[in-house]
Order: sequence, then structure tokens, then C-alpha cells
Amino acid sequence: MEQFVQQIINGLSLGAIYALIALGYTMVYGILRLINFAHGDVYMVGAFVGFYVVRWMAPASPSGFGLLIISIAAAMVACGILGFIIERAAYRPLRRAPRLNALITAIGVSLLLENLGQLVFGADPKDFPALVERTTFTLGIITISNIQVIVLLTAVLLTIALQFIVHRTRMGTAMRAVSFSHDAAGLMGININRVISFTFVLGSMLAAAAGILVGLYNPKIDPLMGIMPGLKAFVAAVLGGIGNIPGAILGGVIMGIAETMTVGYLSSTYRDAITFVILVAVLLFRPTGLLGTPQRTKF
Amino acid sequence: MAASTPKPQTGARTLAWVGVYLAALILLGQLVIPQLNPYHTQILILIGINITLAVSLNLVLGFAGQFSIGHAGFMALGGYTSAAMSHYVFEPLVVGQTGLAYGLFVNGYFAASLLSGGIMAAVAGLLVGIPTLRLRGDYLAIATLGMGEIIRVVILNTDLVGGARGFGDIPPWTTFTWVFMIAGICILVVRNLIDSTFGRALIAVREDEDAASAMGINTTRFKVLAFVLGAFFAGVAGGLQGHYIQYLHTNSFTFLRSIEIIVFVVLGGSGSITGSVIAAAVLTILPEFLRVAQSWRMVIYSTLLVVMMLTRPRGLMGGTEFQWSWLLPGRKS
Repeated sequence: MEQFVQQIINGLSLGAIYALIALGYTMVYGILRLINFAHGDVYMVGAFVGFYVVRWMAPASPSGFGLLIISIAAAMVACGILGFIIERAAYRPLRRAPRLNALITAIGVSLLLENLGQLVFGADPKDFPALVERTTFTLGIITISNIQVIVLLTAVLLTIALQFIVHRTRMGTAMRAVSFSHDAAGLMGININRVISFTFVLGSMLAAAAGILVGLYNPKIDPLMGIMPGLKAFVAAVLGGIGNIPGAILGGVIMGIAETMTVGYLSSTYRDAITFVILVAVLLFRPTGLLGTPQRTKF
Repeated sequence: MAASTPKPQTGARTLAWVGVYLAALILLGQLVIPQLNPYHTQILILIGINITLAVSLNLVLGFAGQFSIGHAGFMALGGYTSAAMSHYVFEPLVVGQTGLAYGLFVNGYFAASLLSGGIMAAVAGLLVGIPTLRLRGDYLAIATLGMGEIIRVVILNTDLVGGARGFGDIPPWTTFTWVFMIAGICILVVRNLIDSTFGRALIAVREDEDAASAMGINTTRFKVLAFVLGAFFAGVAGGLQGHYIQYLHTNSFTFLRSIEIIVFVVLGGSGSITGSVIAAAVLTILPEFLRVAQSWRMVIYSTLLVVMMLTRPRGLMGGTEFQWSWLLPGRKS
């Protein structure tokens, strides 16, 4: 029982990270019907930006928390710009092209980021500096580390902020309108290109935050670190119902818990397989995901 | 589309071409290849394997229009099955044989070994294809990706074929002649298939699945058949690779390998066999030339992919095939 509860807690914090990445996938898919394969690599860039910011600023600023906030903010800004550039340079010219071309371009951008990353950051894994000293709290049978608390809190805060943007601001209303129908939204005077750019920026910022959180949680970062979490977050988005924001969070949490359970009770060699078993099962039995609504699309 | 497909050739002409091709292969394999240095031979063999992979995936992706990112999974399955057959069953049988008998036995057993790998991959293709091909577009891509990874993880956890250590001690039976014979068979099969009613149905499915279905085409059946055949040749190619490098590891069959094969197909021009052959050859050689720019190699490669998609979205050859009339002056068709 104790171990079970512990696995749930570990799974929740891992799932929170997946959920943050999954949000970016789901928003982009909701608006463009495009699987942005490069999204996992944006998350990798976020982790590295955080890494360098911490390395440059660490001597000047002794306070771990302040540094953490600064590195998250810097990574979010940098990745927001990166997301903007990717959309502008690679995806926008293909907006009217067959979806296969867009998908392959996304794969190309992903490979480009991975290989540029190896060139710029070096291919060897780096140790993300420990910004916060690890302590654990015990509450009855629950043991939770302060890092897990930070991860969960940050994820919850960012999710609330996102919900606010999507449901309470003009831009959010425009996003929802564009995801409903590009043409109709355009006729209503919405600048579609701006909304799509905004969506990419927002999604990339969330991925950047996830990158830093992973750096805290699991201190090895390398240029290929985005591939697996990227795929898993995508599966999380599909599981929750792609295009659906609460679904992405639910999917992320389920994926995180499923993964820690597999490692805890079965074997760590099946860690990555469970993701794909879930994926295939969802696609076969409920292709629209848990919270997705069936839609009649033809492509 | 219809205008660009080559004219069907008569059986006798095809047979003559096959004869010329085989004779050329055997001659080259006996006389020229032994003179080359091992590095060049290796590149040639890798080109042949990649051609088989590209043409077989083109059947699924280019002609049937089904986006599959699981080709490396079938390749792994075929490679491991074939390697296990050779290692555990066939190799002990040839021990002690010499001279001509040895040659006959080895080539016969190698054929059986490759065939078993291909069949294993085809069966997996059937099992994977029936449920997943109900999905369309992105969902199909992601499902095949997942299936490919599941195959990989299962192999990784199978001790009989070495598990995480990889599978060594595979007999070195792959030769230049074998590789290009398989590539030739793959091209011939896919080409003739495309010219048949089957091919027309596939192309109809690609162009508009709903319309094809309304015309009475059993779309699932055709998609699954194309998928199974693609998986078969991927499996055989995996067998060739295993018997050439004499070592298999699941790390060579990640989804990056699948993507590499997709790149061959898309850059060559999806729906063009000629394109697949050219792209597989060029993109196998290109990284060798780029070795000077070692660390920039993959950056250039991936940039090329994006730029190509933006500027020439239909690939090098578009949907057209090579025709002899191109070589004749003044008779451009």
C-alpha cells in the first residue's frame, strides 16, 4: 500500500511534466491539425537555456529559488521565440500543402534541432545544477520531496494561467474560434496567422518550463532528451483527446502514473513499451481519446 | 497520374530484362566487386539494402498513401528472425561441407533464412495492419510508430536473440549479388503490382479513400495487402543487413531508422519507384561525402529535408518514372 501511494506521487510529478509538454502538442494540433514533432526538441532547448542561464548567473546569485524562477523565465522567452521562428519559417509556407508534407517538415525540424543541439551544446550529457537542495517531507505514509512539490506547483500554476488565457482573454477566444474553423474565424476579422503564431509561442513556453522541471527532477540533460518525452507527451495528448486541454493534463498524469507503476511493479525495461501499448489500445478502442469528442473529419 | 505510369511490358520482355539483370549481377559480383576495396563494397551493399527498404515503403506510403512510421520495426523482426534461423538451424547444417556443395548449401539456406525473416515480418504486418489501418493520416502514423517501438522493446527483452547485448555470430552470407537480386525482385514485384488492377485500386485509395470505397473497392483489404508486402520486403532487407554486418542490435531499428527510410521515399518522390532508387542511392552516398563536415553532416541532412519539402514538395521525381525514351534525342514524350 505504502509503495503504491508512493508510486502514485512519483507518477504525478512525472505526469505533470508530460502534461506540460502535452499541452503544447494539443494546442497546436487543435489549431493546425499538425503533429508538431519538433515540440519535444523545443523542450530540450528549454532545458539547455536553463542550464546556461544558471551557469552564468550562479556566482552572482546565491539564492536557489530566485535563480530557478529566472531560469524558467529565460527558457520560456527563448523557446517562445524559437516556437515563433519554427512556425514562421517551416510550417506557415506549408499551411495549404498536403498534411503529409507538413508532418515530414515537422520531422525534419525535429532532426534539425537535435543535430544542431549536438553541435552547439555537445553530444555528451550534462549535469543540470542542483538549484534547490533536496529535502523530503513525510506525512503519514506519504513521502514527498520538495522538488516534487515544486514540479507539481509550477505545473498547476502554469495550467491555471493557460486556462485563464484560453477562456478569459480576447486572444484565447480567437484561438478557440480558429481551432473551430479557420475560414469562419478569418471572416470574423480574426488575424489567423497571429493566432497560430501565438499558439506556437504559448506551447513552446510551456515546453520550456517542462524542460527546466525535468532538469531539476532528473539532472542529466542531453540534446536527444526530447525524443522520448516528446513521444510520450504526444501519446498523453492522444490519450486525453487531442485538441482538448483538460484531456492533455489528464493524459499526462495517467501516462506518468502508468510509467512509474510499470517500473515499480514490472520491470524498467518495459518503461517505454507501456507508453506505446497504451497508445495502441487508445487508438484502437477510443481513437478520439478519453475526453475527446468524436468529429467527422475527412483528410 | 495515369499518364505518368509506365506502359505495361509484355511478359517476354520483362523476362529478358530479368535475365540481363541477373547475368550482369553475377558477372559484377564475380569479377568487379572482388577488385573493389571493402569500403566501397560496403557502400554498394548498403545502397542495395536501402533501395529495397525505400521501394517497399513506397508501396505503402507512395502508392497506397498510408503513412507508416514502423518500417524499421518490421526490418528488425525480419532481421532477427532470419539471423536466428541461420545461427541456430542452418549454420550447423553447412559445417563440414566444402567446395561447390558448400556454395550450393549456403545460398540455398540463405534464401530460406531470408524468406523466413520476410514471412515473419509479413505476418507481423498482417497483425499490425488489420487493426491500425482503420485509422487514417496522423493517427495511423502514430499507431505504426507505437507498433514499431513495441516490436523493438519485445526483441530487446528476448534472451534467445541476445536481448540488450545484441545478437552476434550471424554467418556472413550477404553478398553484393544477393543484395541487388533482392532489390531487383522488390522493384519488379512493386512495379508489376502497380501496373495491375491491384495497383489501380491502391492508387484510388490514396487519391480518395471514401470515393474508392464508394466505387466498391474493399479499401481495408488493399491497404492491408500493401502493408503486408511492404513489411515482407522490410523483413528481408533486415535479414540482408544482419548477415552483412554479422551483428544486430535493437538500437539500429529505432524510429529514426524508419524516418530515414521515409526520407528516401519522400525526397525521391512518393509514388515513384525510380525516385526511391535514386534517393536511396544518393542519400546513402551523400553522408559519406559529408564526412569531411562530420559534425555538420546531420544538420545539413535535416536542413535539406525541410528545404526540399518547402521548395519541391513532390520530391525529386514527383510521381513520374524513368523511361528509356528520355535517353533518346528528339523523342521526349
